[in-house]
Amino acid sequence: MRKWTTALVVVLAVVLAAGLIGCGEKRQATIKIGINAPITGDIPKVGEGTKYAAQMWLEGIQAAGGLQVGDKKYPVELVIEDNEAKAESAVKANTKMITEDGVLAIIGPQASKQAIPAGGVANDYQTLMISPWSTNPDTTKNRPYVFRGCFLDPFQGPVVAKFIKGEFGFSKAAVLYDVASDYPKGLAEFFKKAWEEINGPGSVVAYESFTTKDTDFSAQLTKIKDSGAEFLFTPQYYNEVALIVKQAHELGFTQPIVGSDSWGSAETVKLCGPDCYGLFFSTHYAAAGAQGATKEFIDRYQKKYGYVPDDVAALTWDSIRLVAQAIEKTGGLTGDLKKDRQAVRDQMAKIKDFAGITGNMTFTEEGDPIKCAVIVRISDKGEFEFYKQVCP
Amino acid sequence: MAFFMQNVINALQWGSFYALIALGYSMVYSILMLFNFTHGDIFMTGAYIGLGVATALLALVAALGWSLPGWLLLVATIIISMFITSLLGVLVERVGYRPLRSAPRASAAITGLMIGIILEYGNLALLGTQRLSFPELIQTTTYSVGSVYFTNKKIFIVVVALLLMVGLHQFIQKSRWGMAMRAMSYDFPIVPLMGVSLNLIAPLTFAIGSALAAAGGILYGMAYPVLDPFMGILLGWKSFVAAILGGRGSILGAALAGFLLGFIEIFTTMVFPSTFRDLIAYSIILLILTFRPYGFFGQAHSTQLRL
Repeated sequence: MRKWTTALVVVLAVVLAAGLIGCGEKRQATIKIGINAPITGDIPKVGEGTKYAAQMWLEGIQAAGGLQVGDKKYPVELVIEDNEAKAESAVKANTKMITEDGVLAIIGPQASKQAIPAGGVANDYQTLMISPWSTNPDTTKNRPYVFRGCFLDPFQGPVVAKFIKGEFGFSKAAVLYDVASDYPKGLAEFFKKAWEEINGPGSVVAYESFTTKDTDFSAQLTKIKDSGAEFLFTPQYYNEVALIVKQAHELGFTQPIVGSDSWGSAETVKLCGPDCYGLFFSTHYAAAGAQGATKEFIDRYQKKYGYVPDDVAALTWDSIRLVAQAIEKTGGLTGDLKKDRQAVRDQMAKIKDFAGITGNMTFTEEGDPIKCAVIVRISDKGEFEFYKQVCP
Repeated sequence: MAFFMQNVINALQWGSFYALIALGYSMVYSILMLFNFTHGDIFMTGAYIGLGVATALLALVAALGWSLPGWLLLVATIIISMFITSLLGVLVERVGYRPLRSAPRASAAITGLMIGIILEYGNLALLGTQRLSFPELIQTTTYSVGSVYFTNKKIFIVVVALLLMVGLHQFIQKSRWGMAMRAMSYDFPIVPLMGVSLNLIAPLTFAIGSALAAAGGILYGMAYPVLDPFMGILLGWKSFVAAILGGRGSILGAALAGFLLGFIEIFTTMVFPSTFRDLIAYSIILLILTFRPYGFFGQAHSTQLRL
């Protein structure tokens, strides 16, 4: 009996020691990247896309034998934490990953509701965080350690203006927007400003509004038609898009109608039908008709997980590659986590013309990317088709 | 000129909805002296019932392999939905208002609001948050005269709305039931003494009002094919304004005021920036009511509420 116990203790000690040594070695040699994602909660699909994109990236790194930093190849480990789509859980997850797991950088959270508070934690601990999907300016504002992977609304207005000028050469614009909703109102103003910068004052010949829940736009559209506008920009959500486009056509408005990323829902085509075919809108990424690296990513993702990745997955893919590039650029890790985190953050801020699948990116001082938007054309089959890339 | 004419057409269509919904408000208000605040949500439910009936009819016709013209299906949808929704109106009267006949009047008004909320959220629970698209029973054809554009649907909407109004007017003026209703709006307590049961007239009033709301809902679904459980609230309130503006006891007044409201809204947008539309439109109506407190066709009457 005693012999057995002794033997057991010895075996355990050996295993523990081996484990400890293993851990000790790993702590120095492994690069840990944190993923803060809503695996459960209201938006599990967003969490799934985040996780899948990150795991797909990891596979590629593992196949290459690790991440090359300076003259050493480091194995990479992902620490995936569930934030349950809750702000407080996202804060907890960030704190845990930074203080306990010792991650070098964090990807996520996705939604602004979690990204804003979690960004505060990352900034306080001086650890790089990049939110792939959060569009709220507050996420990165006055936080040198926090970045994002998508463009902000102040970018989208000029992008649409530039696309229309280049594509059609129009000089007279009409805008129709919901004056009682933040997103359309903001975007309408950004667009108007950008359009007038290109075409001079007075080039927005009709600037019409309505309020949430309105369904009849005939008076506004009659005014728009009468103003001689060459196209209509309407940054609305899918249900209003269907009504606006149909009514415009019934009133004999045959000019192009252009929208923003709020159009990018499958519902748009379902409600609007053939009336919306052939129209354009700006967004982060388009699956149908994608080319080059974007297409490769989509094909790989679809083969592995069985469905076409959405914009969250694509933006996560870009974000994690941005972090990897920042790590590579440090030219070598010291093993001192504080120093390494600082080095990674500094390299991130210096990244220029990063070739992402959602567009090329260069960061501003605020940590927001200057990147190109994708213009999507709604095809004659009702699919969102990549049309071209437009840069601000 | 074309710009002006185009807006006349816009206003005719938009006013049709106010007019149809205002009729239901006006009837209940005139005859039973009750503000039926459920009416906007009955309009909404009528639109959804219409959606269900239209979908079912399309499926039935497809299953039987018939090829019926779209307008026939549309007329059938309107008639069936009007009937089903009138039953809903009767139910609302029976469950919501009849037990409260002797209760304080504020309770009856609150009951109406609550039934409305039940209808809205019942719909949300049943069908979910996704917006439903009204099926296209007839293909849209756009006509143009010069640069004035209109569609076959717009003509259909205005014509059906006018037919229903004329029909209701005839019913109220010519039929015995209509006579009982008019009598009740003149002198409420005396009519039951003449052998006309209030338990017949009240449900009938609700049934007719609800049927008109259902017709309005389907026409609305044709013009604005995105349905939403809360679409009846604002439209209901504005139609209520039209009913009051028309004057108590005047069916024609409610219809005319509905169209007037449509015209005021559309033409305010035509002249002023659209952001100020409701502000200006409803200031105008406030002004009208200041000078004509009983509406256009209403006679001075006692303000004692009854039912």
